[in-house]
Amino acid sequence: MITRFLWQGMDRNLRLFVLLVLAVGIALPVLNQIMPPGSPFHVPAWLLQLIGKYLSFALLALAVDLVWGFCGILSLGHGAFFALGGYCMGMYLMRQIGSRGVYGNPLLPDFMVFLNYKELPWFWYGFDNFGFAMLMAILVPSLLAFALGWFAFRSRVTGVYLSIITQAMTFALMLAFFRNDMGLGGNNGMTDFKEILGFSVQADSTRAVLCFASAFMLALGLVVSAAIVGSRFGKALTAVRDAESRMRFLGYRVEGYKLFVFVFSAAMAGIAGALYVPQVGIINPSEFSPANSIEAVLWVAVGGRGTLIGPVIGAFIVNFGKTWLTGALPEVWLFALGALFIVVTLLLPKGVVGLWGQLKARSQAKKARAPT
Amino acid sequence: MSPKRILAVLLSVLASAALAGAALAADLAGLVANLTTGGFGEREAAITAMAASGEQRAAPILDALAAGQLYVRKSDNLVLIGKPDGNQLSLTEAISGKAAGSGTEADLDRVRVNNRLRGVIEAAVGSLTLMSPNAKVRRDAAEALFKRRDASSLAALDAALAVEKDPRIKRAMSEARAASVLASDAPTAQKLDAIALVRERADRDSLGVLEATANSATDPEVKAAATAGASAVRQTLAAWEAAQNVWYGISLGSVLLLAAIGLAITFGTMGVINMAHGEMVMLGAYTTFVVQEIIRTSAPHLFDASLLIALPLAFVVAGGIGILIERGIIRFLYGRPLDTLLATWGLSLVLQQAVRSIFGSSNREVGAPSWMSGAFQLGQINVTYGRLWIVVFSLIVFATLILVLRKTPLGLYMRAVTQNRPMASAMGIRTPRVDALTFGLGSGIAGLAGVALSQIDNVSPNLGQGYIIDSFMVVVFGGVGNLFGTLIGALTLGVVNKFLEPYAGAVLGKILVLVFIILFIQRRPRGLFALKGRSVE
Amino acid sequence: MKFGSMMRTGLVAAGLLAGAAGSAFAQGAPIKVGILHSLSGTMAISETTLKDVMLMLIEEQNKKGGVLGRKLEAVVVDPASNWPLFAEKARELLQKDKVAAVFGCWTSVSRKSVLPVFEELNGILFYPVQYEGEESSRNVFYTGAAPNQQAIPAVDYLMANEKVQRWVLAGTDYVYPRTTNKILEAYLKLKGVKQEDILINYTPFGHSDWQSIVANIKKFGSAGKKTAVVSTINGDANVPFYKELGNQGIKAKDIPVVAFSVGEEELAGIDTKPLIGHLAAWNYFQSVKNPTNEAFIKTWQTFTKNPKRVTNDPMEAHVIGFNMWIEAVKKAGTTDADAVIDAMIGIAVPNLTGGLSAMMPNHHITKPVLIGEIQGNGQFDVVSSTALVLGDEWSDYLPDSKDLISDWRKPMSCGNFNVVTGKCGGKGK
Repeated sequence: MITRFLWQGMDRNLRLFVLLVLAVGIALPVLNQIMPPGSPFHVPAWLLQLIGKYLSFALLALAVDLVWGFCGILSLGHGAFFALGGYCMGMYLMRQIGSRGVYGNPLLPDFMVFLNYKELPWFWYGFDNFGFAMLMAILVPSLLAFALGWFAFRSRVTGVYLSIITQAMTFALMLAFFRNDMGLGGNNGMTDFKEILGFSVQADSTRAVLCFASAFMLALGLVVSAAIVGSRFGKALTAVRDAESRMRFLGYRVEGYKLFVFVFSAAMAGIAGALYVPQVGIINPSEFSPANSIEAVLWVAVGGRGTLIGPVIGAFIVNFGKTWLTGALPEVWLFALGALFIVVTLLLPKGVVGLWGQLKARSQAKKARAPT
Repeated sequence: MSPKRILAVLLSVLASAALAGAALAADLAGLVANLTTGGFGEREAAITAMAASGEQRAAPILDALAAGQLYVRKSDNLVLIGKPDGNQLSLTEAISGKAAGSGTEADLDRVRVNNRLRGVIEAAVGSLTLMSPNAKVRRDAAEALFKRRDASSLAALDAALAVEKDPRIKRAMSEARAASVLASDAPTAQKLDAIALVRERADRDSLGVLEATANSATDPEVKAAATAGASAVRQTLAAWEAAQNVWYGISLGSVLLLAAIGLAITFGTMGVINMAHGEMVMLGAYTTFVVQEIIRTSAPHLFDASLLIALPLAFVVAGGIGILIERGIIRFLYGRPLDTLLATWGLSLVLQQAVRSIFGSSNREVGAPSWMSGAFQLGQINVTYGRLWIVVFSLIVFATLILVLRKTPLGLYMRAVTQNRPMASAMGIRTPRVDALTFGLGSGIAGLAGVALSQIDNVSPNLGQGYIIDSFMVVVFGGVGNLFGTLIGALTLGVVNKFLEPYAGAVLGKILVLVFIILFIQRRPRGLFALKGRSVE
Repeated sequence: MKFGSMMRTGLVAAGLLAGAAGSAFAQGAPIKVGILHSLSGTMAISETTLKDVMLMLIEEQNKKGGVLGRKLEAVVVDPASNWPLFAEKARELLQKDKVAAVFGCWTSVSRKSVLPVFEELNGILFYPVQYEGEESSRNVFYTGAAPNQQAIPAVDYLMANEKVQRWVLAGTDYVYPRTTNKILEAYLKLKGVKQEDILINYTPFGHSDWQSIVANIKKFGSAGKKTAVVSTINGDANVPFYKELGNQGIKAKDIPVVAFSVGEEELAGIDTKPLIGHLAAWNYFQSVKNPTNEAFIKTWQTFTKNPKRVTNDPMEAHVIGFNMWIEAVKKAGTTDADAVIDAMIGIAVPNLTGGLSAMMPNHHITKPVLIGEIQGNGQFDVVSSTALVLGDEWSDYLPDSKDLISDWRKPMSCGNFNVVTGKCGGKGK
């Protein structure tokens, strides 16, 4: 029933796209598992991990797009929600190491041992339970988003001001997490993970599952976002984006709409972070750095804001470019990346997805002109 | 006495003086030889002996030794003083002072010193130069001996005090004497007098002397007096500390102001979210580097003026690039402020990488001209010249900018265009030109900031990144579009930061400031000084 | 649909990229050597030089005919000061490019990030920077200094020669300063220094406003006892710190500062005249006079086409590491990781300070410790040097690591063997 409803909420392109995401998410892990390493169809583990990473970035981009493209809130702090989700997963993974750390302490992670912690800080309790950790990966970013949004939207902090305070938030969190006294590993963050739910994080099969999980969550994110955007609520959101004051005068509680979508998006970013950490094997405060949040916004801009497919494509293009160029052109790749951002902003205001529309419109205009 | 006898006596006196002189010269040669052989321990003994000899000629040798300019020529083992002269060293014989041609480091062995020896040398030179005809040298000597607090310099100090006329130097000498007395085994009464004298000085160095006495004294009376003196001095200093913090805050605030003021124009009045602002600051700093590099190689005597030469150039370079950016990119994005963020972010990556490709990724040295080095004491506040000039400079830039905006036609056009573009255009103002100039002005000012910041920070491709977030905070906190808001905002944040730092530590202090800004924006969503009227919509 | 096909193209391209690089070695094909140093981002400032040094070493080795009759080929990637990217690039080097060894990383966090990758794929990493210890991996060779090869001799020197009684331990807030200061604190207390004579201060990365902290150091130093600062301040923050020291008139003879992260390269960005006499402890200084070092400096300056280009300690570490690797490959007769790892232990090559450095069973090397004073020309004068010191990966001054040792020779082959319980602590077969 609900599935049917969700399915009907999407247009044809989006349906195909969701299927494609799922297909990739299933095909690659399966090819990795069943094909022998020598075969041309074998998908190596590193590619699987890379795709898994891109998929979690794509989910983050989708979260950014939901608030920016559909509600006009330019958040420069979504990296913080992503990182918080990642930290929750990281804490779970740290607890799973158990006594296999270098000091062999059954309770305390290594960094606590050499910082002379005698017992586990209170906020670490419960994180040995996967369900609890995942709940936190959603709740912690949501609560932060709720607190920030509650105050900011009520005070009618909008536009650039909102962007800057979200940036201040992620910057402050970065400084805080860099402190070793936080009890979260300081600059080194958390790394050297061993197991997730009893499966070795280094096993190919675990990677295959994680890659699939990322694809699945992305597909789910797309479907739910489509449902939100397509509903009456979504129409109101777009209206808030385009004319906030008018909506307010029409009697809509604008801050309620904004708050909901902001919190939902933060939760989505948190999930993305939780998926990201086991696949890259480290979580560190630099994930909070304002530059990361700005980059996430750029993925959306490159792909096409205000569409659901755009952010996913943008995240893939930029990150694939990064992977490729840092290896192929290590000395000058920043020129290419910087130029991409400038060109996209100037020439493709609607992103790569919009390019299709632009071309179509142009060719139609030409056709229309031709007979006369 | 007959004239003959007088003559004879005189002659013999002269002869003995000459003999003594000869003996001394031989001594000095021997001591200097000791200076250049053996380990640091032998060297220390030789230095002490040279100080005890009272020989005036020893002072320049010791000075050269401390400065690392004393050499032994490999070919003939002659001890020489070498002053750098271009790529060569111009040499003089250490003992006789005769010129000895020139040479390079390769032909010479430098006589090495370490920190400990530098301290010993300073005291030795101090006791040798207490009688110098130059007042500043005598004063420095007394200060050096005060810090050194060594009982062995008592004799020299007593002799110098007996002939000193200048009351301020006399004071410094008696303080140095007091410090030396406290380090000696003088009787209690003398020590108590000495403590009273040192206590009156009431600065960090005197606190050091008193604390040391309190720690080491065996006599309970002396110990009590020293402890009481130390706590009195500490109280005086604590009162000064608050003032010192205000100064640090103002100084930090002026750095923030400099960094933010260009942004207050490009972002504040034009609405361009200019993420490449930091890179404009960086370009200014690199301009300074290039100017200094050229001066170093072709006109070393102009070094002190290097910053003054760099200022207009930095303004032109950064401003010019700013105009190019406006014409090439920004002008297509008016009305899409959030898009400017994306494009300028890309631009900042390109600029950083460009600088990295041209200048390399390591830090570049930008030297301080002599008028920006060192510090002076204002009461017990230590004011460094560099920081003082930056405060002054930021205020000058600010005042000039206000003047430009209020009193010049360009300023009028700028305000008109940013407030109501269609109307300004209708009145015949060439808005595109004004846009370009405004952006150029903002960028140029960022370039000026770069010249100043090159004095206190790294000149590296990452320079701009360190200031961009702080700059945005300052502008937003002060109120977008209001220059006075930026001034007040920068100074407030600077002072608040510096008052939090001693209690919360540098990191937590900064976090608290950020949280404060976030909360403040909730109370006043448009900053400290919000623009009123329709233009804000 | 269009979008779907676009994405597929991307994936196919990625696949092709992988396939092209996966081709197996032909006999005589070049041996690939990975260079994993940040060329952009915050760490580029330090790491770019190390990339250049590696390129030079590989070029020089190829002039000598390479190794095992095969040329060496450098594979340079840019992990961009981004820690997850370090792991990704390490995997790319090992799995896609199939490099025989990797020379790389600077920060501890980058090493921690790539460590699981190297252990999983059985690669070889040479890590050239001084670090906090508390680690020993079979797949990593630590050619930089452990805390006992830098910090403790420096403190000993100040105690003995400058009669320092009061200590400021100032550092950037991350794991290396934290651990080093912990070790030093324990060590100082062991030497009878009282708690009130130790001041510990941490600052964030890239801290640029040092006014209050320098003033605080001055205040702490006016207690009538000789005071010294032990600085583990990292990277970019040093320049403003030293500029502030110079401006506030803290002279080396009053309060000497001994630093563990400030070398010739860092000083190249500062006017050092106000800093004469402040100290640094390293295992190498450019000013060390001997034929090997002079030849190295000359090659380096020719290679970079810059007659003023300086050399520094991590560069020496790469020189030692690279030469050791060459020797080990010759000894093993193959570049196969297991054979080379086993062959590495016991290899001794000349270091640049006139002695021999040997790779020990704990994968750390022996080096002399030099204490240098900053000179007006940006160089250091060596004022004290020790005999060869073996890097101690598990510090004796930390309660949890004093019982641990590491020995990668068979049959122990363990990175964290507990001598009390007689068991290998965790991982490591």
